[in-house]
Amino acid sequence: MPTLADLLPLRPELAVLAGACLLLLIDMFASGRERLLLFWTALATLGIAAGLVVLNGGFAGAETTKAFNGMFVRDLAGDVLKFTILVVSAFACVYARTYLADRNLSRGAFHILLMFAVLGMMLLVSAGSLVTLYLGLELLALSSYALVALNRDSAIGSEAAMKYFVLGSLSSGMLLYGMSMVYGATGALDLAAIHAVAGNAQDHTMLMFGVAFLVVGIAFKFGAAPFHMWLPDVYQGAPTNVTVFIGSAPKLAAFGLAYRLLEAGAGPLAAHWQPMLAWLAVLSLAIGNLFALVQTSLKRMLAYSTISHVGFLFLGLSNATPTGYAAAMFYAISYALMATAAFASLIVLSSRGHDAEDIDDLRGLNARNPWLALLVLLVMASLAGVPPFLGFWAKLAVLRAALDANMLWLAIVGAVFAVIGAFYYLRVIKVMYFDAPAEKPAAQIHDDGDLRWMLSFNALLLLALGLAWNPIMAWCMQAFGA
Amino acid sequence: MENLMPFTLPLLSLLIWVPIVGGVMTLALGHRPDASRWFALFIALASLVLSVQLYQSFDSSQVAMQFVERHDWIPSYKINYALGVDGISVALIGLTSLTTVLVIIGAWTSITQRVHQYLASFLILQGVMVGVFCALDAMLFYVFFEAMLIPMFIIIGVWGGPRRVYASIKFFLYTFLGSIFMLIGLIYLYLKSGSFALADWRSLQLTMPEQTWLFFAFLIAFAVKVPMFPVHTWLPDAHVEAPTGGSVILAAIMLKIGGYGFVRFSVPILPDASDHWAWLIVALSLIAVIYIGLVALVQDDMKKLIAYSSIAHMGFVTLGIFIGLALVRTLDHPAGAQLGLQGAMVQMISHGFISGAMFSCVGVLYDRMHTRMIRDYGGVVNTMPWFATFFVFFAMANCGLPGTSGFVGEFMVILAAFQRSPLIAFGAATTLVLGAAYTLWLVKRVVFGKVANKHVAELQDMNLREVVVLGTFAIGVLLVGVYPKPLTDLMGSAVSQLSTEMAVSKLPR
Repeated sequence: MPTLADLLPLRPELAVLAGACLLLLIDMFASGRERLLLFWTALATLGIAAGLVVLNGGFAGAETTKAFNGMFVRDLAGDVLKFTILVVSAFACVYARTYLADRNLSRGAFHILLMFAVLGMMLLVSAGSLVTLYLGLELLALSSYALVALNRDSAIGSEAAMKYFVLGSLSSGMLLYGMSMVYGATGALDLAAIHAVAGNAQDHTMLMFGVAFLVVGIAFKFGAAPFHMWLPDVYQGAPTNVTVFIGSAPKLAAFGLAYRLLEAGAGPLAAHWQPMLAWLAVLSLAIGNLFALVQTSLKRMLAYSTISHVGFLFLGLSNATPTGYAAAMFYAISYALMATAAFASLIVLSSRGHDAEDIDDLRGLNARNPWLALLVLLVMASLAGVPPFLGFWAKLAVLRAALDANMLWLAIVGAVFAVIGAFYYLRVIKVMYFDAPAEKPAAQIHDDGDLRWMLSFNALLLLALGLAWNPIMAWCMQAFGA
Repeated sequence: MENLMPFTLPLLSLLIWVPIVGGVMTLALGHRPDASRWFALFIALASLVLSVQLYQSFDSSQVAMQFVERHDWIPSYKINYALGVDGISVALIGLTSLTTVLVIIGAWTSITQRVHQYLASFLILQGVMVGVFCALDAMLFYVFFEAMLIPMFIIIGVWGGPRRVYASIKFFLYTFLGSIFMLIGLIYLYLKSGSFALADWRSLQLTMPEQTWLFFAFLIAFAVKVPMFPVHTWLPDAHVEAPTGGSVILAAIMLKIGGYGFVRFSVPILPDASDHWAWLIVALSLIAVIYIGLVALVQDDMKKLIAYSSIAHMGFVTLGIFIGLALVRTLDHPAGAQLGLQGAMVQMISHGFISGAMFSCVGVLYDRMHTRMIRDYGGVVNTMPWFATFFVFFAMANCGLPGTSGFVGEFMVILAAFQRSPLIAFGAATTLVLGAAYTLWLVKRVVFGKVANKHVAELQDMNLREVVVLGTFAIGVLLVGVYPKPLTDLMGSAVSQLSTEMAVSKLPR
């Protein structure tokens, strides 16, 4: 029987679960105008859960607590990730409101699935054993597949969902296979126990085999090259409000997955998986950046740029020291905030009849709406890694981690691809500022109420945090004892 | 030591943030062009007053950094908001403030599209450039160094000429590529020393292989900015396509940041590698002076000609710095080194005035004729006598006529070079011939001769606003040319400090 002491650290998760159930109920009975209630309930749930994370000691860095015989671990790293996941998901909710209303998409389904995805991510980042980890991962994955198919009438959306489902299942299979190897080699499902056994083991052959599959599974979930094939199609095919969500928060969860599996579990084998991550980083940087260069669809370009950002994140992970994890987590947080703003700028440009997704839709934006153009400029500069925006500091942190691990070559590869990457972000700025708007622009600007405020807040946050990123970095470093 | 400052305002922070905040406020005046013009001018003048105040309360006899401000910024990575200036910085800050005022006056009627965004870009750029000149923390320096790119990118791309897109992207990517390697070098030095403070790095011991790769990491960044042969190719494009104000700021100040980087980073932190590779820099500088001078000779576009002449003249800056290094290291001749460094620094300021003025002159013609091609002009003196007077004067300064600022810096560098090797001095001195050739030929074709066509015949002479801009530049050129002592005194202790630091090996014993 679970005791109260077991349940106490799970308060945020329980709140999200309760919120999800409440949403199911409301969705059943609410109609018409009352459907706005769904939105507010979802937002309130996320807010309460975030508050409970803080109450659990998220900021103060309370002692690590374990529940359910170590199946669930509440520590600062998990808390940081949970808090940011909740914040970013709340952003996604706000961005989605008008989009869903304009297109008569099912609001109930969106909010409920989002809630379950969030719950999955929260379990995942707090997992203390392979079972909880897999449980969380699948909850996230299944909700995401359904979210991508939210627009039932869209053929390309259904295709994307199918692709996501098939490849996602494949990666889950890989991960599960790796887990079974690890279990076979160590006889333990508990991550701490695996860590202990792996540290004492003489022969690493079997474990190595398992870890290789774990790395593949992680790379799949991140969308790191060469396991990235699903990512551009899914990001492009999904409704834009869903892209905002699956493009941001799950990256934080994927970092949690990598940290739990590789460090908390297979930490003693770091010398073996470090080079794997380094090569994944190089491939992701190369493929992500080079393919992004030739895209005409902004959504697809941002999807490929995601792959390159994952490469940067792996630069930090492959350091395999507390500083490296802190850098990678900082990168994940920064990227999540940038990705929401970048994809959301497409929502702002979309209207009932037209979903903006091409770079051409931004043509002459400065002449049409200078404020919006300035916001997109901030986001693009941040993604390109121009100081003083947040994206630059994230790059600084991971480059430092790579140099710290004596991988100068990796840092240089990262630097060169940062320059190549800058080109396609510049192209967006160029289209907005240097080109004249089309005679009859297809993309109507949806610049009203909450969308405008939310995007302004999100983009200016990138600048504000870029000028004062110490709290977040200190938080990340504290989480790993760096 | 007692604080000699007459007041305790954070003067350097004000110099950085007044223009930046003012620029953001100018953006808000969007729909009223006149209001934004006056407001931007007011902000620029206020910054100029602040920099005059800085000059007056600066004590040039002190060696240490002055007006130091130091606050924790990012304690997790030991990055500080640390500002301070020596004589070199003060001179460059003054140049920056003055040039921005002139650029804003110069754009008064020639820019009519999106005036507020244009002015805001220049004000933000000014604050950021001042930040580069007074950062004492390497990461702060880098932030300012890179933050310049976006406003300049916008300036070239929005208000530039027909090939502006190509030029602006080329400008951005060249500079970005150069500086990202510097970033890796900065992180390496941070991991090695445990801090980003430049003062700590100056006493850091580094082995020769370390120094060598760091030297080249910095070299790429600064060589692109200066620009040195063979990474200069972005400059002619950027200059030609940029609006007049953009060209002026690029030539007068941004190029100086490369030279400033050499004296702040490469030379004091990596003196041994700098000495070892000085021959390379000297060779590249001579190529810039001679080869680029020849290239300038064959240009048919006025702006391109002046752009190439800028590269040639900036060759003297790098030559002076690294000749000084060679003199103090191999010949143990600190006086000669000081001469070379001093010459390089004077040349930076002087080139700021002259190139700024030359580009403004082209701007005056372009506003009337909307062409930069030399063949479209001829006999301008007949219709624009006042303009011709100024143009000939600046052309003379560009050839290094004694009595103008162009002479002082180049002469000092050539003198220093002569002490190292007469051959190098000979190579550098060819500029007197080449510079005169391309500049005077330009003047001959544009200003003198018969009135070329009816467009030239309809030209109106300069208005008061243009006279103010060119007149101010002319006063600067004359002052430095006739009486350079205040300037050399200002930078004197910084230069002698640098020459003593260059002599000390940083190799671990």
